[in-house]
Amino acid sequence: MKYIDEYRDPARAHALIDRIRQVARHDWTIMEICGGQTHSILRNGIDQLLPSNIRLVHGPGCPVCVTPLETIDRALCIAAMPETILVSFGDMLRVPGSGKDLFMARSEGADVRIVFSPLEALQIARDNPEKEVVFLAVGFETTAPANAMAVHQAAREGLGNFSELVSQVMVPPAMRAILSSPDNRVQGFLAAGHVCAIMGWKEYEQVAEEFGVPIVPAGFEPVDLLDAILKTVELLEAGKSGVLNAYGRVVSREGNPQARKVMNQVFEVTDRPWRGIGVIPASGLVLREQYACFDAEKRFDVGHISPHESPLCRSGEVLQGYLKPSDCPAFGKECTPQTPLGATMVSSEGACAAYYRYHRNPEKQCN
Amino acid sequence: MQLSCPSPILQHETVQMAHGAGGRLSQELTARVFMPHLNNPVLDQLDDQARFDAEPGRIAFTTDTYVVTPVFFPGGNIGDLAVNGTVNDLCVGGAMPRYLSAGFVLEEGLPLADLERIVESMAEAARKAGVVIACGDTKVVQKGQCDRIFINTSGVGFIPPGRDVSCRNLLPGDAVLLSGTIGDHGMAILTTREGLSFQSRIQSDSAALNGMIADVLQAAPNLHAMRDPTRGGVAATLNELAVSSSVGIELDEGALPVREEVRGAAELLGIDPLSVANEGKVLLVVPAAEADAALAVLRAHEHGSKAAIIGEVVDEHPGMVVIRTSLGSRRILDMPLGEQLPRIC
Amino acid sequence: MCLAIPGKVVAVTDENGLKMGTVDINGALTKACLEYVPDIQLGQYTIVHAGFALKIIDEEEAAESLKLWDELLGK
Repeated sequence: MKYIDEYRDPARAHALIDRIRQVARHDWTIMEICGGQTHSILRNGIDQLLPSNIRLVHGPGCPVCVTPLETIDRALCIAAMPETILVSFGDMLRVPGSGKDLFMARSEGADVRIVFSPLEALQIARDNPEKEVVFLAVGFETTAPANAMAVHQAAREGLGNFSELVSQVMVPPAMRAILSSPDNRVQGFLAAGHVCAIMGWKEYEQVAEEFGVPIVPAGFEPVDLLDAILKTVELLEAGKSGVLNAYGRVVSREGNPQARKVMNQVFEVTDRPWRGIGVIPASGLVLREQYACFDAEKRFDVGHISPHESPLCRSGEVLQGYLKPSDCPAFGKECTPQTPLGATMVSSEGACAAYYRYHRNPEKQCN
Repeated sequence: MQLSCPSPILQHETVQMAHGAGGRLSQELTARVFMPHLNNPVLDQLDDQARFDAEPGRIAFTTDTYVVTPVFFPGGNIGDLAVNGTVNDLCVGGAMPRYLSAGFVLEEGLPLADLERIVESMAEAARKAGVVIACGDTKVVQKGQCDRIFINTSGVGFIPPGRDVSCRNLLPGDAVLLSGTIGDHGMAILTTREGLSFQSRIQSDSAALNGMIADVLQAAPNLHAMRDPTRGGVAATLNELAVSSSVGIELDEGALPVREEVRGAAELLGIDPLSVANEGKVLLVVPAAEADAALAVLRAHEHGSKAAIIGEVVDEHPGMVVIRTSLGSRRILDMPLGEQLPRIC
Repeated sequence: MCLAIPGKVVAVTDENGLKMGTVDINGALTKACLEYVPDIQLGQYTIVHAGFALKIIDEEEAAESLKLWDELLGK
């Protein structure tokens, strides 16, 4: 597969691993904030192959995991309304709300549909003029342009029965929050490659300078990730900070201006609560006033929502890299993918789910 | 088929409630739609039960119900899927499949032309597999009470004396073979469903494997276990085998055969082909000494041209399946949770 | 946020006033919106996420990286 297989080549991967081994003379803690990168690292066993002085930590990079409980409860209420069709990416279907998840809601008779693209949600709205079609618009900056285009297009076509329940979050504020924490041990970051494809890396230059850390935009295949880790380690060993791009075929400094134009037209920045972490200022996106009629939060009165989170769930600590999933007391016991306590165990990108799937009994694995 | 005189059935383009009521319309449905395609000496007797002679050895008996949507998909339909699926369930136990039953639940309003197309495919699949559809039943439910058509097929076969193929027979040292590419059927269905924006080129692999399996059993008579990796894919089936025999299984990621377009679609949707259903593939576990012979027979066969040795049975980590990645790292291949959902993240 | 797969643009059309394309991903053909890559040409590669093409893949950059890594291999 072009632009995939070359970056999974074992020979190249091992050459990079050997180089990392040569270069890394100190202990370093590197964080990635991208569910896709978490998944790839664990699936390919990259953490197993790195020298033990390099510690990879997984940040809050799964937009599904950080979607507030209240938003899920709101989606569940809307789905239960008789004339609505709740449309969502597959990732959200099994995430637990206060009582149930969207899958269960569907089995109870709610019209819940899975799509791969927000444009399909628009088509559902066109095909069902007598129904209210609500799209659960979740994502980081990679998905924001797609979610923005759906609203932009709905406005153009005058699709009065389409709206979005928005849960958009952004990476740089999360990075700042983690770096500002007194308990922070993260020394360098891999930046999410596809987020950077849209946003470029200018914002990260500011973060890098402010906190004196290296930030390396990285891809997703093993060779891309190892190259990014190597570059991060080289910068750390040299005591340098700043941004160094390791995903040149997709990421440029200026990103994608056309995508950002539509994003900025439709969305504006807002403070946002992150599930398990709390409110991070200026970390989310909300629909602008002129698109208010497409905002499901304003359109549907769901009454009072009092979200209830399991007291055993420590996904917030996992998301910030303080707790390894396998060190959580509930891991594998009260909390499993079939009986998840929090979103990090459900989402395929969630660190807890990835650990459970791939490394359930680490002591049984031998290298 | 030319009909010499008009009959009430021809006035209906679609299935009606009366077609399931047991009266004249039912009889005519049987005579005009089912019998012309399915007729055989056993079925033609039209008794309340099928009667046939037993063969030496043990009886193998299986049942399965098919509710797939869409009913027509690239590479097949619910009818031939049902026949092939039941034939395969019998032959992976080492049985020679012989007789099938076919029970239909039809939704009022189902076009008769669709029904006839499905029945015709079933007849063709049965002929290809060398099995007989010996008995059947049809019920009709009101619109909305079933999704177009549901089919139950049960099957009877005979296991020759002395043959013992079972999921409990795996032994450390055994080779694990796969007869071909993974994920074809599941991805064909997924990419055909409305709204996933695919122009699907992926075909279901639905096929009856009894001919191929009979040949393999000749070349590898000490074969330990076979399973067809349907729902849950190879991942589910290998986990079931590991648990049943209390052994570990190690897989070589690089050895897994996958069609290019299946890989492309799976990557895009974020789905693992190992967790996706197959309908024309078999997993075989054979003593190491017989692996090459079994592989050669599979590869020589129409349905096994991409067969490969994909792993081995070990005594470490009993009940668990572990993959060796092409990078040399290892990870658990878990039992899939349930429906494979496309993801963006 | 993450899953974006590379593929080749093999057709360009217009749908509902949006520039749309067919992207060939290893033989699987998918529909993608090309509004965010307005300059993309047939035969160029892009990454597809949630039904949208996000960026034109820079083939020169890709070749350059591969060359560097292969030099590393040669060392």
